[in-house]
Amino acid sequence: MAAAMRFAKSHEWARPEEDGLVTVGISAYAVEALTDLVFMQLPAVGRRVRAGESLGEIESVKAVSDIYAPVSGEVVAVNTTLPSNLETLGSDPYGAGWVVRLRPDDPAELGGLLDQAAYDSLVGSQPH
Amino acid sequence: MTQPLLETPLCRWHEAHGGRMVGFAGWRMPVQYASIVEEHLATRRAAGMFDVSHMGRLAVDGPAAIEWLEGLLTRRVAGIEPGRLRYTLITGELPDGGGTVILDDAIVSRDADAADGSPRLGLVVNASNRPRVVEWLSSRLPAAGVGLVDRTFETAMIAVQGPRAVEIVCGLCPRDDAARIAALGVYRATVVRVGGYEAAVSRSGYTGEDGLEIVVAGGVARSVWEAIHAAGAPLGLLACGLGARDTLRLEAGMPLYGHELREESDPFAIGLGLGVTLDGRSFPGSTRFAELRAHPRGRVRVGLEFGSKRSARENATVWQGDREIGVVTSGSLAPTLGRAVAMAMLDRAAAAENTLVDVLIRDGRQPARVVPLPFYRRS
Repeated sequence: MAAAMRFAKSHEWARPEEDGLVTVGISAYAVEALTDLVFMQLPAVGRRVRAGESLGEIESVKAVSDIYAPVSGEVVAVNTTLPSNLETLGSDPYGAGWVVRLRPDDPAELGGLLDQAAYDSLVGSQPH
Repeated sequence: MTQPLLETPLCRWHEAHGGRMVGFAGWRMPVQYASIVEEHLATRRAAGMFDVSHMGRLAVDGPAAIEWLEGLLTRRVAGIEPGRLRYTLITGELPDGGGTVILDDAIVSRDADAADGSPRLGLVVNASNRPRVVEWLSSRLPAAGVGLVDRTFETAMIAVQGPRAVEIVCGLCPRDDAARIAALGVYRATVVRVGGYEAAVSRSGYTGEDGLEIVVAGGVARSVWEAIHAAGAPLGLLACGLGARDTLRLEAGMPLYGHELREESDPFAIGLGLGVTLDGRSFPGSTRFAELRAHPRGRVRVGLEFGSKRSARENATVWQGDREIGVVTSGSLAPTLGRAVAMAMLDRAAAAENTLVDVLIRDGRQPARVVPLPFYRRS
């Protein structure tokens, strides 16, 4: 069974996969809150990021938001179909709407992220 | 110190209908309901309705009201007939001889005269500038002959915009009133009953569409709003937030105070020469404006169109090679056009139509082309 998904307070999700990689995406809540997505910029494969560092950006009609790395590691795959299919972020945020796969420097870093219940409680207390 | 946000009489309705409430110019306002793009397109295709109660509504009356405003506004006030609106700038003097500045742009209107024959006028000013404008005007009031009252908090203002706006509002009026609204020319106003309540209705707006702006007493605002919403929804009307209001005015090439128009702006360079009538008139800044008109210089306002949807935001710099030639004042996806546009102040030498420029967006240069304003003109 795949390990549970974790969330950053900045609304990225991170899911440890069986091959040791971590898949990263943007939570359904965040996509809903952004609305009217128009542009997305993704990192290059091979880039090294530290937790909390910007991986890329997502732009809505109103604003530009950074996508932050939930854990430190190396970008090993990028969902290149996403920028031209931004609606996928809304229709399948935890599946086809994945953003990057990271090879984590330290898989234990995931433990510092929120679990589903803690994230639900975080967004439940926030107005859009 | 953060002051609590002001609320319009329609605030609860916005909250109950999914409005995403934000602080704007001291007011708690909806930036959008479901989607800025959908609200924008509904306004272009059918109709959109906007709570613009946050805008300042000032009443000016008394036997000397016209003469007084004539010395303060950049447009002639003496010639305005009852039932007419006029776009104007409001200029003022900084304390201690600090020079003159543009305090706001505004709509001045003349209502039907009072029973004693003295004129009654109105000013609609930007929410962000209302306190400053009221302070300035109050400081210039003569000892007698002019009354100035801020009616912002006792009234509400609803803009209904789009090709079906007039039809929707007329359906809520007695037949004679509907005929008067339908016959209203642009920048003309009348007093009618909408949804059963007295309303000052003008044919005006800030979206580039045909439409109406409706001022009612605050206590009946929700009833009037709901009546318009119920009548318009089946025709495609959506309630719209400030987000769509901004993208609509941007496509329509309309300046916004604090962005295209600022304290120190040259009105002729930003295409607001029609907002200034000199002709030997005297108002704060009239000498400076005459000089600016006689000797054009500095940057001018242009439209920029991008090939992609990625937007330049305010303060992004504009380049030609290694020369910085301008700065973006507003930018967004233009939902009707499907690509990003911006308004910018550019050096005159680079402002010709079809000039190719680069705009620095975050980490990289995006190519753009100088295009005429407005970006969108209704057919």
